[in-house]
Amino acid sequence: MTDILMPALSPTMEEGTLAKWLVKEGDTIKAGDVIAEIETDKATMEVEAVDEGVIEAILVPAGSENVKVNTLIARLKGEGEAASAPAAPAQATGEPEKAAPQAATPAPAGPISAASTFADPEIAAGTPMKKITVRDALRDAMAEEMRRDDRVFLMGEEVAQYQGAYKVSRELLQEFGDKRVIDTPITEHGFAGMGVGAAMAGLKPIVEFMTWNFAMQAIDQIINSAAKTLYMSGGQIKSSIVFRGPNGAASRVAAQHSQDYAAWYGNVPGLKVIAPYDAADAKGLLKAAIRDPNPVVFLEHEMMYGHEFDIPDVEDWVVPIGKAKVRREGSDVTLVAYSRMVGFALKAAEELEKEGIQAEVVDLRTIRPMDHATILESVKKTNRLVTVEEGWGPMGVGAEIVARITEHGFDYLDAPPLRVHQEDVPLPYAANLEALSLPSVEKIVKAAKTVSYR
Amino acid sequence: MARTRKAEASEGKTPETGVNAFVGKDELLKFYQDMLLIRRFEERAGQLYGMGLIGGFCHLYIGQEAIAVGMQSISQKGDQIITGYRDHGHMLAAGMDPREVMAELTGRAGGSSKGKGGSMHMFDIETGFYGGHGIVGAQVSLGTGLALANAYKGNGNVSYAYMGDGAANQGQVYESFNMAQLWKLPVVYVIENNQYAMGTAVERSASETAFHKRGISFRIPGEEVDGMDVIAVREAGARATEHARSGQGPYILEMKTYRYRGHSMSDPAKYRTKEEVDEVKTTRDPIDHIKERLAKAGVTEDDLKSVDAEVKRIVAEAAEFARTSPEPDPSELYTDVYLEAAE
Repeated sequence: MTDILMPALSPTMEEGTLAKWLVKEGDTIKAGDVIAEIETDKATMEVEAVDEGVIEAILVPAGSENVKVNTLIARLKGEGEAASAPAAPAQATGEPEKAAPQAATPAPAGPISAASTFADPEIAAGTPMKKITVRDALRDAMAEEMRRDDRVFLMGEEVAQYQGAYKVSRELLQEFGDKRVIDTPITEHGFAGMGVGAAMAGLKPIVEFMTWNFAMQAIDQIINSAAKTLYMSGGQIKSSIVFRGPNGAASRVAAQHSQDYAAWYGNVPGLKVIAPYDAADAKGLLKAAIRDPNPVVFLEHEMMYGHEFDIPDVEDWVVPIGKAKVRREGSDVTLVAYSRMVGFALKAAEELEKEGIQAEVVDLRTIRPMDHATILESVKKTNRLVTVEEGWGPMGVGAEIVARITEHGFDYLDAPPLRVHQEDVPLPYAANLEALSLPSVEKIVKAAKTVSYR
Repeated sequence: MARTRKAEASEGKTPETGVNAFVGKDELLKFYQDMLLIRRFEERAGQLYGMGLIGGFCHLYIGQEAIAVGMQSISQKGDQIITGYRDHGHMLAAGMDPREVMAELTGRAGGSSKGKGGSMHMFDIETGFYGGHGIVGAQVSLGTGLALANAYKGNGNVSYAYMGDGAANQGQVYESFNMAQLWKLPVVYVIENNQYAMGTAVERSASETAFHKRGISFRIPGEEVDGMDVIAVREAGARATEHARSGQGPYILEMKTYRYRGHSMSDPAKYRTKEEVDEVKTTRDPIDHIKERLAKAGVTEDDLKSVDAEVKRIVAEAAEFARTSPEPDPSELYTDVYLEAAE
């Protein structure tokens, strides 16, 4: 008897649609046979059998949506085995499921607060809303700007025929053709430089990095060529270019694929740096970034791509660069975060509320130029500050905020500010160590209580 | 792959492409003037450096004048030029105002970058000069990107991406070669092989010292050119440009040349002998070379004297402007960091 479980087909997959069974009960299969097709939010994948035997029972019918990873989807009877009783408990026998390596530790689901907890001043009352994933919001932003301006084009690894490594550029090739959606070889340094050169010649490239980790190969072109040339040329040479891709820690991909670059790029004059949290900001800020005449570093988050949010269903949704957003109002402590950490901070605020602490959550949205005024206004009200970032602490985003608030809001502080950030180590692979290293809701709650002397 | 080192001007049309590379007396004189301008300008820059008027790094082009001048004679309006930090010659050949170039060297408000770029970072969109880049090899990817923009716009323009023999060992150069050929981009790669990457001779830094072969694994044609002969440069440049402009993709020209001065002003150039330098100066000097051609074409010493006087006047004027132009206003410190989002 062998259990067939719903496999995880990517490091961040939590559930999927069991689209099709290619076998039926009673079929004899051998290892390597394709038995089913599973749709994730990124792709349709085939599932191969690992063991030989006869399909005894199909337990999850074709077409079932939101099937969690590790759900028992079918049972296999080994040759010569007697048919089991229908209620036989699932017993681990023989090899574990090849396609479910994360059985013991399902990908950590990020806490997501569905919506802002108070009326959003940016969205007029009565504005029609629709649900959309962050992934599709980014895609729509690019498509709309490409329709609007024929100087805009997308280049990067797997952006065209493969439809994007994370499916962010899905269907753009079909609409805009291979002149404007360009698959590059795996040569970040070269194609980033070419993007900047094309921008200097008046085009508006969007350069996608499969992840920002790979952009370290290209960081010279981003900083020395894109960021500095306007200044070095006395204002003559502009680089209207967007560098974008997933940033920060995904799940279980270890140190070289899990770094938050907000502080790195936030350090550089000449760059604008954006790190949105929800779909509305992802779309509105990416559209603003593409229109901006300066080089923009746009930091997305893989763990957020599949999350749905409400977004204004309007003609041209653009969010201004450089404005933080108060996502939750509170009187007792200010939590400043960006990107995925905003969700953690909102969740922490809910926990704190249970203990009578009203936390205000400021979503930075733009790292550079940073909206210090909004942070300061919040601290004037709460007198306590906790910063949250996925990157390392030293010389980090939180360090910058704390320095500014100390300089401009010293008299408003009732406690030394605290920073929540990744531990000062390369991100480990082991699930328990990874969780220990990254910021968590618990760490934010603890820091907020500490600055509240609770 | 390598073609003849010295094609005579009287050959006229080159058989390979039919591009008219014929050079008449007037054009020879212009080459002479342009090359002499670069040399006298650089000598004066060296002098101003010694006087403390120019700071930082300053890489002179003396000895390599035929390359920038010969290639420029092939380019058309709208073509782009991009190079590394040994860039004064390219800027003058492209037609930038010598006063603005010299004033940038002295860090003055009248400089082409308002004094904010210096020797290694100058630009001029009007003449198609896209820098002036301080990071070895970066200009090659950027120049390939300029070519990508030309292909995207379908404007028929060619990008000329210059690099030294040192830059030709950088990884991004080959990333760019690959994509340029893959997408048939209109770019001419000009490798100015002056034999030394800073202080390291090519034999000590390059496993293949025939740089024109560096495109073979990408199927990019290349040829070796006598970079001390402005006519040979022009003819090879015409072939390469024709190839690129007609949609056949990139082309590599390896210009065999020599720099007379050190890598930068602070380099005493102890890694080579005085005899080696003198040998090149006396037997291969590009300006002497064109003088011989001019003599054969019937140009007299008197004709050249008036050119010499004109060049002397231009350089003196540039130096005077660079000395007297004010330093940038302190308010310029915070300008040109960002453009206003006004689109």
